[in-house]
Amino acid sequence: MTAKTSQMTRQQLSNRSMLRAGVTLIVAAALYEALSYSGIFPRVLLPTIQTIVVTLYGMLADGSILVHAAATLYRVLFGFCLAIVVGLPLGIAMARFKPVENFFLPLVSALMPIPSFALVPLFMLWFGIGNTTTVLIVFYAATFPMLFNTWSGVRSVNPIWLRAAGCMGADEKRLFWKVIIPGASPFIITGMRQAFLRAWIAVVGAEMIAASDFGLGWVIFDAKEFLQTDVMMASLVVIGLIGFVFERVVFGGIERATILRWGMVRAAKG
Amino acid sequence: MQDAVTIAVARAPQSRIGDQLRVVARNAFPFIVVGAIWEIVARSGTFPRKLFPTLEDIARSFVDLTLSGILPHHALDTVIRLLSGFFLAAVIGLTIGVLMGRSRRAEDIFLPLVSILAPIPGLAYTPLFLLWFGPGEYSAVLLVAFVSSFPIIYNSWTGVKAVKEIWLRSALAMGADDRRMFSHVILPGALPYILTGLRLGLAQAWRILIAVEMLAAVPWGMGWLIFGAREFLNTDAMMAGVVVIALIGLALEKYVFQKIENYTVVRWGMVEAME
Repeated sequence: MTAKTSQMTRQQLSNRSMLRAGVTLIVAAALYEALSYSGIFPRVLLPTIQTIVVTLYGMLADGSILVHAAATLYRVLFGFCLAIVVGLPLGIAMARFKPVENFFLPLVSALMPIPSFALVPLFMLWFGIGNTTTVLIVFYAATFPMLFNTWSGVRSVNPIWLRAAGCMGADEKRLFWKVIIPGASPFIITGMRQAFLRAWIAVVGAEMIAASDFGLGWVIFDAKEFLQTDVMMASLVVIGLIGFVFERVVFGGIERATILRWGMVRAAKG
Repeated sequence: MQDAVTIAVARAPQSRIGDQLRVVARNAFPFIVVGAIWEIVARSGTFPRKLFPTLEDIARSFVDLTLSGILPHHALDTVIRLLSGFFLAAVIGLTIGVLMGRSRRAEDIFLPLVSILAPIPGLAYTPLFLLWFGPGEYSAVLLVAFVSSFPIIYNSWTGVKAVKEIWLRSALAMGADDRRMFSHVILPGALPYILTGLRLGLAQAWRILIAVEMLAAVPWGMGWLIFGAREFLNTDAMMAGVVVIALIGLALEKYVFQKIENYTVVRWGMVEAME
């Protein structure tokens, strides 16, 4: 799902492949539709594509899905920004100052393997259900990739660049802004991308478990209670679309504007 | 000269033990600080004791739950679920991924489906799986398998495609048949990617399994334990559960993920991965 794949697929999707892909999707849709109409499974559990589209359109038209999407986006972006505000400076500090690294690295390695969802019940007790819990879970999920990538990025800045800049008389401040930050940026951007991916998973899960009254995750889970499979599928489509837009358009765009332009794409994998 | 050697020999073990102690102390220090702060906050009574238990309470419920066999049972069920889900994912993911890498037709058929299904966060499928397969074991395992198969598919697909054309042609020229070609050229060539994919898949499975256990109403499992403890305000049992989850996670990280990563990096000098 990195730039490399999308490039590769773009190159490989020759006309024949496009045609085959289209045929596959149509066949898959037709199979699904046939299965749905056949009545082998109850219609409620397997709604036709038509129903899903109509439901999606209805939810878009009365704006309900937009409200939920806005709530989810607010939570995910809030938590994600918090994660950057904490993860980025801490990651840089850990890489630059040995005592900071000595103190935080053991803590980070102990906390990182705990899936963020394990903290949902605890946060529900502490902060109640609603925005606070969800934002904090997103924050927890997104901080570690951010922190970890920044840390390894700053550490992996080529020492020759540092020495060269030092020889040419760069002081600490210039060294930091002109050499270390650009040098570490491929890792930092990868970190942001991974952090958002985690944040997006976390927000949907947290909304389901710590059911507040808004949010796409809550819509899906709530629809289950009333057997509204069409609503569930429609929300799935919206969730997939938003995730896709962020992954490809936002972060893909950032990547193209920065590390691809600087010709550092090889370093960005990792 | 001889003196220097004997002194060095005599001193070496001592200083090595000293070094080890220093490393242990350095790693323990942050935990002691955080633990102390936690204890002070817990005892100060700023928050109700029920919601913010002392370390003593957490340790006691950890020991109690472990001795009564409840905690090990939950943990064992979680690990079994993780492994069975992951095993399913590995079999399905590798088959589809390798097929996609080998045959253009399979690639054209599967790629659009995979690219549509993969960007949706796995947990979003949970309610759907619950309706289709009913709450409980089936849904949980199937969901974990479904979600963790995507990184495996992607990476084994890329890995098989990354096998150098020259290797294939030279093996062909030397008279390798399809089976030998696969087991002697393609599989070893794609192995670093495949291992990376398996590692990412297992990590993904672990991350969502806890949430799935909370939502899918399974009878045993760590996720269920901490979620159920919430109902009774058993914050100490919950924290004990989180500790066990952290331990399982750490064990996975140390004995599985890092081993695989080191192995691939050392043997092939590669760190490229796709998530």
